[in-house]
Amino acid sequence: MKHTLSVLLLNKPGALSRVTGLFSGRGFNIESLSVAETLDPKVSCLTLVTRGQETIIEQITKQLHKLIDVIKVTDISEGEFVEREMVLIRVKAESHTRAEVLRIIDIFRGKVVDVSPTSYAVEITGPESKIKAVIDILRPIGIKEIIRTGTIAMARAPKK
Amino acid sequence: MTKMTGAQAIIKCLKEENVSIMFGFPGGAVIDLYDALLDTDIKHVLVRHEQGAVHAADGYARATGEVGVALLTSGPGATNGVTAIATAYADSIPVVILTGQVPRALIGNDAFQEVDIVGITRPCTKHNYLVNDPKDLVPTIREAFYIASTGRPGPVLVDLPKDVVASTITYPEKKKIKMQTYQPNYAPHPGQVEKACKAILKAKRPVLYVGGGVILSNANKELTELAEKIHAPVTMTLMGLGGFPGTNPLSLGMLGMHGSYAANMAVAKSDLLVAVGARFDDRVTGRLDAFAPHADIIHIDIDPTSISKNVKVDIPIVADCKAALESMNAWFDKSADFDSKASAEKHQPWVDEVAEWQKKHPLTYHQKGDIIKPQYVVEMINELTGGDAIITTEVGQNQMWAAQFYKFNKPRHLLTSGGLGTMGYGLPAAIGAKMAFPDATVIDIAGDGSIQMNIQELATAKQWGAPVKIAILNNNYLGMVRQWQELFYNRRYSATPMEITPDFVELAKAYGAVGLRARTRDEVVPVIKEALATDNLVIMDFVIDREEGVFPMVPAGKATTEMLLV
Ligand SMILES: Cc1ncc(C[n+]2csc(CCOP(=O)(O)OP(=O)(O)O)c2C)c(N)n1
Ligand SMILES: [Mg+2]
Repeated sequence: MKHTLSVLLLNKPGALSRVTGLFSGRGFNIESLSVAETLDPKVSCLTLVTRGQETIIEQITKQLHKLIDVIKVTDISEGEFVEREMVLIRVKAESHTRAEVLRIIDIFRGKVVDVSPTSYAVEITGPESKIKAVIDILRPIGIKEIIRTGTIAMARAPKK
Repeated sequence: MTKMTGAQAIIKCLKEENVSIMFGFPGGAVIDLYDALLDTDIKHVLVRHEQGAVHAADGYARATGEVGVALLTSGPGATNGVTAIATAYADSIPVVILTGQVPRALIGNDAFQEVDIVGITRPCTKHNYLVNDPKDLVPTIREAFYIASTGRPGPVLVDLPKDVVASTITYPEKKKIKMQTYQPNYAPHPGQVEKACKAILKAKRPVLYVGGGVILSNANKELTELAEKIHAPVTMTLMGLGGFPGTNPLSLGMLGMHGSYAANMAVAKSDLLVAVGARFDDRVTGRLDAFAPHADIIHIDIDPTSISKNVKVDIPIVADCKAALESMNAWFDKSADFDSKASAEKHQPWVDEVAEWQKKHPLTYHQKGDIIKPQYVVEMINELTGGDAIITTEVGQNQMWAAQFYKFNKPRHLLTSGGLGTMGYGLPAAIGAKMAFPDATVIDIAGDGSIQMNIQELATAKQWGAPVKIAILNNNYLGMVRQWQELFYNRRYSATPMEITPDFVELAKAYGAVGLRARTRDEVVPVIKEALATDNLVIMDFVIDREEGVFPMVPAGKATTEMLLV
């Protein structure tokens, strides 16, 4: 099962390698990882997507919690949450496909961020499923390069 | 506010943490700290290899329950300590390791004797620090002691750049440590305690399975009280030995790969296993699905990651063992449903059944002629020390014979590398223990292979007046590996015969120690007596039956009931 963990940790040198070292050392898998400062500059938030049986996820959560630099670990996929990922795709755009690429990007509410005579670089944001869909559609046209941020996620506020 | 150098501040801070002794080895990066050490009454024990320093600090910590302290220089000094740090980590031993580091401006430059020791020890410390700012120096060391000694204890390393130590700082006031991210929980959940006690009330065949957590939390009295109150047999892991008196009739001794027949059978047949400060290590459980197959499991542990890691637990209690056992004892004392006498009567058939197993297959060996059996040596050491000595061990057969045949009645009397199994642990650990308790008899039960891994510490023992006794069970083999080769590799003894071994008697003399040798069974007792009677450091070289094995033995991956017996 796929799980999205949100980890608050002290923004200290080495804190991130404690997290990644835990995963590699114990043979847990990381599907994606994204990390940046929170409102409090002393604290970072790390969103980590992993897969495993419930017992493994339980171990991962407990082991993360045990790290001295970790403040809080939440398995946000246990409840309602929103997830987003951003992707930059450089796609082939020659005279006969330029219009079609633009149309596709438009459908996915993407943006062109760089233009060359033979390609567009486009920016798309959305949940993983949307990113996958856009990649699948653009692939036959010719994807030259792709850069993904990895998922970030936030629990939905309780509806009263 | 007093100004002082970083080095002076470190020493002052160590004094505040009640450090009276540390173990170390100097070098360029820690020379300021060594200079400041001359002006204090903290005793610094100069070892002969940094691994020895950290093992000695670890032995000191295990024997006393206090934090052990080691001081190493940068680069090779620090890396030499790594095996010993990993040893302390595997057994949850509170040690603070101070390492020198190159000046901040040189960090990352591949400077002389620079190594990223924080990176290297990240997976084998409870936590570690590089002090980047002189004003963090004292708070960091305080935090290191706090983290090392609280919760599930463990080693904490503090890396000290030379210019930080040489800087001038204002010594910060001592404050109570409160960390945002680290707040170990000691108190058990009352609801879980009640559930556990009720499960015990219902059980017909309960077994207490006791690990090192009982020793670490000083819970041996509470554990003994519980075992006697409910009248249940007790088995211990290697790390738990001494947590319950080995001579108590309810003791089954050690369980697991080289555990007693009765202990392994009792666990296999039990209907309730109460695990206290133990972690279901593979050396204990054998094949997992056959471990305690009929039992509900109660698990008391301060570390939530230990719970349901290997074996699914029915009633977890995340707490300090001592606090949890106190609560359970109090619950039984108050409960109207519990009566100690009735419980004893109810469990008597079970206790009798276990006693039958003990009688049928006791820990034993077959004496042949006048050759020395290693088990006999340990039995005689046990007898001649009244079971009161502090025993350290090396690793291998010697360690298992010590665990099986010495009857540990008190906690903190067996110091052994359980989790990591580090050959070379015993001698430096014995020195650490002897420095803590100069009046105690401290004996390293050793193998001829392991003792050579830190033999240089004989000089340390001599220099610092730590006359420990070393009993080498000399089979001229890397015996435990040879035993596996004998049993599972068709007797192909690859790289296990020790073709050259020093003359340990002469070697003792070279270090100013006493060397004694026994070649026959009759010589064993006189040698031990003589060793115990001298004030000097002693090596006893017992030339034992070369191919003696450790039994019972559960082959790796088998169920613990599938024991090879003597
Ligand atoms: C540092 C280290 N290297 C290798 C091993 C693997 N090992 C485990 S027991 C053993 C044999 C130890 O020989 P000895 O000290 O003579 O003890 P014996 O088993 O003969 O009593 C070895 C090599 C280890 N535990 N530690
Ligand atoms: Mg040997």
